[in-house]
Amino acid sequence: MTVALLIEQMLNGVQLGVMLFLMAAGLTLVFGVMGLINLAHGSLYMIGAFVCAVTASWSGSFWLGLFVGGLAAAGVGAVVEMVVIRRLYDRDHLDQVLATFALILILTEGTRWVFGDQPLWLDIPALLSGAVPLPGGGGYPVYRLAIIVIGLALALGLYLLIAKTRLGMRIRAGESDREMIAALGVDISLLYTVVFALGAALAGIAGALVGALQSVQIGMGEPVLILAFVVIVIGGIGSIKGALVGSVLVGLVDTLGRVFLPGLFKLILPASQATAVGSSLASMSIYLVMALVLIWRPQGLFPHHG
Amino acid sequence: MADRMTRETWLNAVLMVSLLAVPVIAVQLDEPFYANLASRVAILALAGVGLNLAIGLGGLVSFGHAAFFGLGGYVAGIAAFHALNYTPVLTWPVEISGTTSMPVIWLVALAISALAALVIGAFSLRTTGVYFIMITLAFAQMVYFMAISIPAYGGEDGLPIYVRNTFPGLDTYDTLTFFLLCYGALALGLLVYWRIAVSRFGAALSMARMNETRLATAGIAPFPVKLTGFVISAVLTGMAGALYADLNGFVGPSMLSWHRSGEIMIFVILGGVGRLFGPVAGAALFVLAEFFIGGLTDRWQLFLGLLLLGVVLFARGGLVGLIAGRARHD
Repeated sequence: MTVALLIEQMLNGVQLGVMLFLMAAGLTLVFGVMGLINLAHGSLYMIGAFVCAVTASWSGSFWLGLFVGGLAAAGVGAVVEMVVIRRLYDRDHLDQVLATFALILILTEGTRWVFGDQPLWLDIPALLSGAVPLPGGGGYPVYRLAIIVIGLALALGLYLLIAKTRLGMRIRAGESDREMIAALGVDISLLYTVVFALGAALAGIAGALVGALQSVQIGMGEPVLILAFVVIVIGGIGSIKGALVGSVLVGLVDTLGRVFLPGLFKLILPASQATAVGSSLASMSIYLVMALVLIWRPQGLFPHHG
Repeated sequence: MADRMTRETWLNAVLMVSLLAVPVIAVQLDEPFYANLASRVAILALAGVGLNLAIGLGGLVSFGHAAFFGLGGYVAGIAAFHALNYTPVLTWPVEISGTTSMPVIWLVALAISALAALVIGAFSLRTTGVYFIMITLAFAQMVYFMAISIPAYGGEDGLPIYVRNTFPGLDTYDTLTFFLLCYGALALGLLVYWRIAVSRFGAALSMARMNETRLATAGIAPFPVKLTGFVISAVLTGMAGALYADLNGFVGPSMLSWHRSGEIMIFVILGGVGRLFGPVAGAALFVLAEFFIGGLTDRWQLFLGLLLLGVVLFARGGLVGLIAGRARHD
């Protein structure tokens, strides 16, 4: 049973990690290409989840909901980029933090206005209900496995997009030298809008996918946003590879810490204290990992641009 | 130039006088609510003055000042909690009992904030830029989760302060008296900021912001300068936290949340980064906007967001900058 528990929790950790990657990819892309720190990324995750839940309940199709949710997040992302974000690229991080903090207030309240205060529920599609047996007994939900697969497929797609396509070439060029590619006739502001919308779509899809595991509610993006920041700081801001490694690391540390730390402390402390110390250390564990990584490598594990 | 300086001095004087006048008049008119609102402005402004020292002078964009604000608050809450229960705070290595005496609580709050800032700063100052923003956030999150997971002090629910802490010779329950304490603390905080800004240390701190290499070339190691600045900044914010706990009669994890860090940063940027009275103007506008827009509509966050966005996009230099002109070193 312990083996089954371990496998189950490892899978949970990977699933959280894959989810975080979808969030972190957008953040790190926007930072790497535009040098912008976007606190409002979690709002796009929330919008994706809400639109997906409403569309799915209208149409009866989770998949349509997922598609429309991602599309809506991309759309809102594109509009926000054109109206607000593009005025911030030349500003210092302080202005960016404040402006995107203001965007959180606006988007959160806007979502509340449109969709109401009540949490929404999103059902797992019939195709993905049920569980897969685990070695050593017990089962693992198919839906969580599907999230891992979908997330990895999107990660691969993102890699191919950036490494192999013309758009990806322009994105990479935009990271290196903005003036030069503008001089070569690339519409840089359109490119930036596309990159921002792409990151927003990934966040929206992540929100929609997670929406079927938890309830869809106002403010759901913020805890995830903080985790995603931890991920990209650990990985090295601007590095997609770093985001992937950081995501899985944070997912595993967080999940396994919560499950096993209280038990570990029971070996050395009385039970009541062990639970308190273990669970408090578990909630802090990823921040401890982040602090340790930054003390060891102040630029993260995979520093961008050398 | 001299003209602008005069305008800013005038603005500062107007801010300081109106902040004092409003509660005095409010109490005369038997409207203590507005006096409490003014206490809130004074306290939050003090937290902002602390952060402004780090950001405005030192260029240290801390996204974790809620940690110090909350620690100050928890010192007040925990001391009062033990005093009321007649249980000791610590039994080992020395026995420390609770207290309801504000001066004692303040000293402890200052010491704890300083200690926390020394540790957090020592690690965080190894990084710069976005990394510094994020690592200070991470440390604040650690403190936040620590507070949540200590059931003895209320955990997620927080800790009520049933009886407001006392100040020898004063009735702290009197609205105006309590306001004057907060106002005095703010005035002292502003004095500290000003004194540092015009001192040799302040010049070194500013140089650490503008050009670290040049500071090092001048024979001053940047790290101790920045760390000292960070600690002083945290101490002022921690003091504000202790007062805030007594104003609300409550301390909880929300004082430590990253939203709070964002808010304190808003006071600074809204008012004007690096301007002596920037945080006062910022906190006043924020609290007033929250109160008045909140009275008009439930959607006040939307309008507050639009207001903030407007200031960032169109009024660079914040309110003080808008009224008194850009700062000399902008």
